[in-house]
Amino acid sequence: MKTEARLLLGLGVFVLIMGIVYGIWSKELSGTVMLIGTGILGIFPGLYYRFWSKRMAERPEDTDATVVAGAGLIGSFPGSSIWPFVLGMGCWLMVLALVFGSWLAVIAIPTITFALAGATAEGRRGGAASH
Amino acid sequence: MVDVLEPQTAAHDDHGHDEHHGPSGIMNWLTSTDHKVIGLNYTVTSIIMLVIGGAFAMIIRAQLTTPNGTVVTLAQYNELFTMHGSVMIYLFAGPFAFGGLANYMVPIQIGAPDMAFPRLNALSYWLYLTGSITMLLGFTVAGGAADFGWVGYAPLSDALNAPGAGADLWIGALLLTGFSAIFTGVNLVATIFYLRAPGMTMFRMPIFTWNMLVTGILILLAFPVLTAGLVMLYADRHFGTHIYDAHHGGVPILWQNIFWFWGHPEVYILALPFFGMVTEIIPVFSRKPLFGYKGMVFATITIAALSTGVWAHHMFTTGTVLLPFFSFMTYLISIPTGIKFFNWIGSMWGGQIKFTSAMLFAIGFLITFLIGGITGIILASPPLDFFTHDTYFVVAHFHSVVMALVIGGMAGIYYWFPKITGRFLNERIGKTQFWFLFLGSTLFVMPGYLLGLKGMPRRMAIYTLHPEWQHLNVASSIGAWMIGFSTVLFVINFLKTMRSPKTAGPNPWDAHTLEWFTTSPPPHHNFYALPNIRSERPTWDYYHPDAPALTHDDHDPSHMPGAAKGATK
Repeated sequence: MKTEARLLLGLGVFVLIMGIVYGIWSKELSGTVMLIGTGILGIFPGLYYRFWSKRMAERPEDTDATVVAGAGLIGSFPGSSIWPFVLGMGCWLMVLALVFGSWLAVIAIPTITFALAGATAEGRRGGAASH
Repeated sequence: MVDVLEPQTAAHDDHGHDEHHGPSGIMNWLTSTDHKVIGLNYTVTSIIMLVIGGAFAMIIRAQLTTPNGTVVTLAQYNELFTMHGSVMIYLFAGPFAFGGLANYMVPIQIGAPDMAFPRLNALSYWLYLTGSITMLLGFTVAGGAADFGWVGYAPLSDALNAPGAGADLWIGALLLTGFSAIFTGVNLVATIFYLRAPGMTMFRMPIFTWNMLVTGILILLAFPVLTAGLVMLYADRHFGTHIYDAHHGGVPILWQNIFWFWGHPEVYILALPFFGMVTEIIPVFSRKPLFGYKGMVFATITIAALSTGVWAHHMFTTGTVLLPFFSFMTYLISIPTGIKFFNWIGSMWGGQIKFTSAMLFAIGFLITFLIGGITGIILASPPLDFFTHDTYFVVAHFHSVVMALVIGGMAGIYYWFPKITGRFLNERIGKTQFWFLFLGSTLFVMPGYLLGLKGMPRRMAIYTLHPEWQHLNVASSIGAWMIGFSTVLFVINFLKTMRSPKTAGPNPWDAHTLEWFTTSPPPHHNFYALPNIRSERPTWDYYHPDAPALTHDDHDPSHMPGAAKGATK
C-alpha cells in the first residue's frame, strides 16, 4: 500500500507545483485551474492510501508472501449479468435523446432506473457466481 | 487457491474444478462479466473500427493522388478526415489497448481472477460500442457526419458553422466513450492496487501492467476534462450559453486549452500500453531479462507526470501560449522516452534474438516511433513549429507515432494470440504482413515530411496550384495502400489460424510473466493455481530454477526464487 500512496502523492505534488509555477509565470487561468485540480486529484487519494498504509498490516501482495497466505475469499465476481447491457442501452438512448429529441428520454430514464435497480438487487444477492 | 507447483496443462480446460457454466452464444456476449470475454469484445470491435477508419484513409489517399481529385466532394472530404481521425483516436487506438489487450491481460499478469468491478467493466464495453455506433450514425443524418476535424475546434464546431445532427452525434459519441474510458481507468487502477496475487509486489509487476496502471491514472486525470469541455460545447450549441463564442464575450481558445489538456495526456494514454507490449516482447525474444526494470517504471511515471504540462505545444501559433514553459516541458518529456529506448536496445544487446513475427513488429515499432519522436522534438521548438504548423509535416509526425502504435499493437497480437486462443498465427503470413506494414508506413509518412516543408497544408482536398506536389502524394498513397493490404493479410491469417488445432500449450515462447503460467486459453477466473512470486519473472523462475532472476534489492542467494521454490519442491 505504501508504493501506491507514494505513486499518487508523487504525481499529485509534482503537478501541483507545476500548476503553481505555471500560474505565476503565465497568469493564464484555465491551465492553472486544470493543473491545480489535477494535482489535488492525485494528492487526495494518495493521502487516503498513506493514511491506511500506516494503520494496516502489510497485505500478502506487498510482501514475500506465499500463495497460501492469500488463500480465502478474494471478493465477489459475478459470472454474468444482463444489467450492464441494459444500463448501457439506457445511457445510449439518453445520449440519442440529446440529438434526436427529448422524447427518447421517456424510454431512456426508466431503462436506466430499471437497470440500476436490477444491478443493485443482483449485487445484494452476491451475483451469479463468486470466487 | 493453492500453492502451486505444476504449471497448467490443457487438460484442465475440460475438467477444471471451477469451470464456469454460464450462458453461451449471443447471451454470453450480452451478459458476460468475464474480463477475457469483455477484452475480446473490445479487441474485435476496435479492430473493426481500425478497418473502418482505415477505409476512410484509403479514400482520402485516393483523392490526393491527383492535384484536382474528384473521388469525393470537398464537403465529403471534410467529413472523411474528421471521421478518420475520430474513429482512429477515440474508437480504435485507446480502446484496443486499455479496453482490449489490457482488459484481457492485466488481471492474468498479476494473478487476479477478474477485474475489480466486473459489471462496471461490462458497462464500459457497452458504452464504447454504443459510442462507436453513435459516431458512425453521423453519416446517416441530414447534413452528414461531423466535419470540423477530430479536434472539434471552436468556432468551427458551434451551432452556426456545424448546424447538423452529425456534430451532436460526434459530441454524444465522445461522452459515451469518455465515460467508458473513465470506468475502465477506475477498474484498471482498482484491480492493480487491490487484486495482486500474494508476493506480487508493485515492483514485481510486469511492465505492461505498470504501464496500464499509469495509463489508468492518466485516463482519470484527462478524460473528465474532455467530458466537461464537451458538455460546455453542447450547452453552447443548444442551451444558449456563449462559453466558446467570441461574439458574446466567450473564449474560443478555452476549447483548445481544455481539449489539449485532455489531448496530450491522451497521446500517452495511447502510447504507454504499446510501450508496455513491446517491453514484454523484446526480452522474451532476446532470451534476456529486461534491461533496467526500475528505470522503465520511473520513465513511465515521469512521462505521465510531464504529459500533464505540455498540452499547449499544440497551440504555439495561437499567440496565447507561454512558449518557453511548454517548449521546455516538451523537451523534458523526450528524456524518459529516450531512457525507454536505451533500455529496449539494452535488452536486445548481446541477446539470442529470435526474429518471430512478434519480435519483428516490436523492432518495427521502435524504428517508426523513433522517427515520430525525433520529429516531435523538432516541433517542440516554437520557431520551427511556426514554420510547419498545420502542414503535412505535422500530419507525418503524428502518423509516424500512430503507425508505430499500430505496428506495436500487431506485436502484441502476435505475442498473445497463442495465450488467448491456444493457436499460433501463421509466421510466414505474419512476416509478410510485417514488411508490408512497416515499409508501407515508412513510404506513407516520409513524403509527408517533405510535403510539409514545401508548405502543403493539412486537410486540403485539392492542390491545383501546386501540381509539383503530386509525385510525393502518389508515393504516400502507395504506402497507405500497402498498409491496407497488410490488414487484409492479417484478416487472412486470423481466419486461417482459427481453423488450425490448439497446439500452443501454456508457455510457448518460454516467457517471463504470469499469464504464461496458466492454460492457453486461460480458464474462468484465470488460474487453478499460482507459483510463488519472487521476481518480476515468476513463470521464468518456475521453468528455470537454475537461472532465476535476482530480486532488485536483494542479492542474497538464500532469497533467490530458485532457492525458495526448490525448498517447496
